[in-house]
Amino acid sequence: MIALLLILIPLAAGLASFAMQQGSAAKKFSLLASVLTLALALAAVGSSSAIVYDVAWLNDLGSRFSLKMDGLSKLLALLTAVSYPLIFAAVYNNEYKKPASFYGLMLLAQAGLMGVFLAADVLLFYFFWELALIPVYFLSSIWGGEKRIAVTFKFFVYTFLGSLLMLAGILLVYFQTTGHSFSMEAFYQVKLSGTQQTVAFWLFFIAFAIKMPIFPLHTWQPDAYEQSPTATTMILSGVMVKMGLFAVVRWLLPIFPQAALQFGNVIMILSVVGMLYASLIAIRQDDIKRLIAYSSIAHIGLMCAALFSGSKSGAEGAMIQMFSHGINVIGMWIIADQIEQKLGTRKMSELGGLAQKAPAMAILLVVMALANIALPLTNAFIGEFLMFSGIFQYNMWMAAAAGISIILAAVYTLNMVQKVIYGAISPVSANAADISGNVKLALIIIAVVIIVFGVFPQPMIDLTKDTVAGLFVKK
Amino acid sequence: MPIQYYIYFCLTLFSIGIIGVLTRKNAIIVFMCVELMLNAVNLLLVAFSKMHHGAALAGNPATTAGIDGQLFVFFIMVVAAAEVSVGLAIIVMMYRNTHSVDINFLNRLKN
Amino acid sequence: MSKIAFLVPLFPLLGFLINGLGRKSLSKPAIGIIGSGAILLSFLTSCYLFTLVAAGAGGEQRFETVVTLFNFISVDAFTIPFAFQVDQLSVLFLLIITGIGFLIHLYSTAYMKDEESHHYGRYFAYLNLFVFSMLLLVMGANYVIMFIGWEGVGLCSYLLIGYWFKNNDYNYAAKKAFIMNRIGDLGFLLAVFWLLFRLGTVNYGDVFANADRLSAADITGITTLLFIGAMGKSAQIPLYTWLPDAMAGPTPVSALIHAATMVTAGIYMIARSNILYTLAPATQTLVAVIGLATAVFAATIALKQNDIKKVLAYSTVSQLGYMFLGLGVGAYTGAVFHVMTHAFFKALLFLGAGSVIHAMHHEQDIRKMGNLKKYMPVTHITFLLACLAIAGIPPFSGFFSKDEILAAAFAVNPLYYYLGVAGALMTAFYMFRLYTMTFLGNFRGTHEQEHHLQESPSAMTIPLIVLAILSVVGGFIGIPEAFAANSHWLEHFLAPVFAESAKLSEAHHLSHSQEYLMMGTATVLILGVILYAVGRFKKYTGENEQEEQGLGKVLANKWYMDELYNAVIVNPLNAFAGFCKNVIEKSGIDGAVNGVGKLVAYGSRQLRLVQSGQVSSYVLIMVLAMVVFFLIWFNDATIIRFFNKLF
Repeated sequence: MIALLLILIPLAAGLASFAMQQGSAAKKFSLLASVLTLALALAAVGSSSAIVYDVAWLNDLGSRFSLKMDGLSKLLALLTAVSYPLIFAAVYNNEYKKPASFYGLMLLAQAGLMGVFLAADVLLFYFFWELALIPVYFLSSIWGGEKRIAVTFKFFVYTFLGSLLMLAGILLVYFQTTGHSFSMEAFYQVKLSGTQQTVAFWLFFIAFAIKMPIFPLHTWQPDAYEQSPTATTMILSGVMVKMGLFAVVRWLLPIFPQAALQFGNVIMILSVVGMLYASLIAIRQDDIKRLIAYSSIAHIGLMCAALFSGSKSGAEGAMIQMFSHGINVIGMWIIADQIEQKLGTRKMSELGGLAQKAPAMAILLVVMALANIALPLTNAFIGEFLMFSGIFQYNMWMAAAAGISIILAAVYTLNMVQKVIYGAISPVSANAADISGNVKLALIIIAVVIIVFGVFPQPMIDLTKDTVAGLFVKK
Repeated sequence: MPIQYYIYFCLTLFSIGIIGVLTRKNAIIVFMCVELMLNAVNLLLVAFSKMHHGAALAGNPATTAGIDGQLFVFFIMVVAAAEVSVGLAIIVMMYRNTHSVDINFLNRLKN
Repeated sequence: MSKIAFLVPLFPLLGFLINGLGRKSLSKPAIGIIGSGAILLSFLTSCYLFTLVAAGAGGEQRFETVVTLFNFISVDAFTIPFAFQVDQLSVLFLLIITGIGFLIHLYSTAYMKDEESHHYGRYFAYLNLFVFSMLLLVMGANYVIMFIGWEGVGLCSYLLIGYWFKNNDYNYAAKKAFIMNRIGDLGFLLAVFWLLFRLGTVNYGDVFANADRLSAADITGITTLLFIGAMGKSAQIPLYTWLPDAMAGPTPVSALIHAATMVTAGIYMIARSNILYTLAPATQTLVAVIGLATAVFAATIALKQNDIKKVLAYSTVSQLGYMFLGLGVGAYTGAVFHVMTHAFFKALLFLGAGSVIHAMHHEQDIRKMGNLKKYMPVTHITFLLACLAIAGIPPFSGFFSKDEILAAAFAVNPLYYYLGVAGALMTAFYMFRLYTMTFLGNFRGTHEQEHHLQESPSAMTIPLIVLAILSVVGGFIGIPEAFAANSHWLEHFLAPVFAESAKLSEAHHLSHSQEYLMMGTATVLILGVILYAVGRFKKYTGENEQEEQGLGKVLANKWYMDELYNAVIVNPLNAFAGFCKNVIEKSGIDGAVNGVGKLVAYGSRQLRLVQSGQVSSYVLIMVLAMVVFFLIWFNDATIIRFFNKLF
């Protein structure tokens, strides 16, 4: 029941928000709803057993409305639930036109995301996958920046193409299942020939790779992140890209173990190349949002490589990192949003000296930056450590190549820190004021999460243990 | 009379209709050619129907086999009548707007 | 009772939190007391631990306690506890870090007193955080905890070098330090993964016990990667260029981080892993060669520097090189010994330089100093003692430790020894050039500066005096066995830590007479160089100075290493990144993606032309399509049969 509520509350609240006349009422109502969802998610994480919900849905097709929460689902549901109150708190003072619709769409996206993480039926999963995409499309194309129409169109077509490929893959597997069922068990147990497995694997993987995104399918992402309203960007990069990684764990690896083994090296090479490539590009970015976008591509590449490394510690690390990266990157976006809202520019070359003007923001930015470069005792270190050790087991040289991105990450992140907060006060930042209480609260919560999970990561590791164990069961 | 004659006749009639539709520019003539084609088909339907029905009667005097061809003819005639009324109305409207019934003049579908 | 070990890093952590969070509300004296007091408490705890270890270390028995706080990371493949290890080696480092750390905190309370209150709080918070990280580094009972400290000290170094963040040059220096360290850290990290992969553990005890299970290739790889980590942290060729730039930080920071403690982390790490290195002779040779090369190379640069802190920085790089030479030739005790004596005299030198800079109102160019002995007697005497110690004049501390390393180097390869002595001679030269130009001769600064010259306050001079005493007598814990049997206390104290290595390597013992000869010759040569340097630079007036020519110019420009790195690594990388961003990304990948979209749009535009709007053309196409359809649907034979029947 709790699983159903996790989807229903954002859905109902989102629809209700549309109906509201007053923007401020919608804002408060949405914040309240997201906090309620968070409480539920915490309860779900607290319960020790797996949470299951199952009712009849499209019986003729062999599909049921079936939800299941294992460790990773719980973790990502928690991420979704945590990120919304943080985002709503951080953008509380931002003015959006048609706020009721804005908050409504945001909550609808949350419902879709929850559904993706909870679905235990492929058709249901596909349904939520699309449900999460559509509100984001509208959010970006209505509230976005100057080039929003072209960019969101590209984003939509790109991801939609991926979705259709996945649908083709789903149907391909569906017709091979015994008794034509969309249920998770049926898909897990399906027997596929070598060719079928290869074809379906790539159909699925391309969809997920576009979503993550993996080099060279990533070009929609920096544009979309840059042009979307920052609140939406936070959803996109904090939570939505995790859909792709989650889907790899939930569907791709269990359904196509042989293909995953066979093409693992191709995917790992792509991921590692993508990491280095994105890191290099990040070095040369002047736009703070694009820098975070490319940095995010590099981090996602690492997670993808770790998932395909076929080692338990790699998978474990990737799962932890999904949560950690989500939280950390939201922190980065909040700061980028603050800079853009307050100073009207995202160009780092025009900024400088904010440490004197906005000391609280400067300190919190440094904390986020340190998490971004995975300094020990931040949550990101735990994930990266485990992921790299997994990749090392797969191939030493690949780990070394991927490791170069650690150095490059330090280069671009510290560049950003230096240009934004250090140095003399630039003309643009002369009028800057420090961040307001609500933003500070959101960022401090993030900073606390970063450090607490950096020192005591074991609860997260224990939470995802069952998912990891499930991945390595011999089929 | 052998069925071939009917077929030759209808084929000729139908071809005249097609060629008329393809080559003439006057909307009314095009329209008449369409009617010609319809009637060619009607005639053929009746001819085949009669042929099959006649053959079936030899075996069973009460049979109704083959008469559905004639049924179709009535349908087609009804549809043709409806089409004539709508089509002529369009042509009248077209004439009012453009003072011409030349179909090539009316190529706004292009845009 | 060694369970209280966790208190040692806890105090600085608390100091960091209190000063960091309360930097706006606390008064400056309160900040100073909290900052220094935290370290003092740590020092007292360390002393207590030391007595425990010393008492337990009777005989050859290894005193070792691992205090596990909690499980840091526990996954199926391995478990990494958050554990501290207290043994002879770590307790020695604890004393150095907290002892010198406390003195430097004390010194800082006076040195930084002109800072605004919240910056003052920030400074002490960073400094406490540094001590905390450094303590994690040496107390960790496995490589991961060491790595936490390893990166932590790098972070604090970054924050403190860029402490005056309004100056972008300082920020660049800070960033450079962090990034160069990161290059080394990657090596360290890969070594940790390698250990995890092969042994499934990173706990020192388990790793060292199972070290012989590793293949030769594995162990060489692991030790080389660890050494790359040490190169970054301890500023060895080729990753040394950050250390001289790191002098942008406040001078006490240079003394604590960039002379006494952080930069010796690499030596600690290798000494800790001594058994691995003893099992990997190829890496040992590499360590020795790199160390020796750095020692000599940095010394040549130091000859021509005019910034008081730059000279000391290159001197530090050079001295670190000696320590690596010691490690490379298996003289682990000697290296640790030199870490200790170097911590004393180099911290003293930096603090003395700080005292000078303080008095000179942030003038760091020694060409504009001179005759400071008249105004700053305490600084002068202590600085002189430190110079004698670093030059290696008996019986000052530097003599014993450097001699031990060089003697061991001679036993392995006499060439190491000769080059090492050459480096030592250069050390004596540039140190006394520095000393003479600063304290002797005529004052060459402005009248304004001269008017304000005075000895520093006692919060600064007391640490100087304490360190001076240590620099003078510190060597007596390691008197060579040539002088008296069992006189080398340190060797016996540390023997259990290096016992496994000692078993594996045959001891090279030089005859006593040869040792005397070597010591005597070196001392005489060094004395000669000192006298020459003093004599030559005493008359320095700063007038009719010529542009350096030839080799002198190359040395003054640090062998153009920064320029070389920029030309070979930084600029090409930047250019390549720009190429990726502007060409591959925009035209290549995104171009391909947009190309697909454009192709579809173009195709649609072309196809649209078919829709001419001519009704008759539509009909023609329709008829033709039907004919084609018939031809395809009914194959030839059917059509022929049909027509045959028809006609």
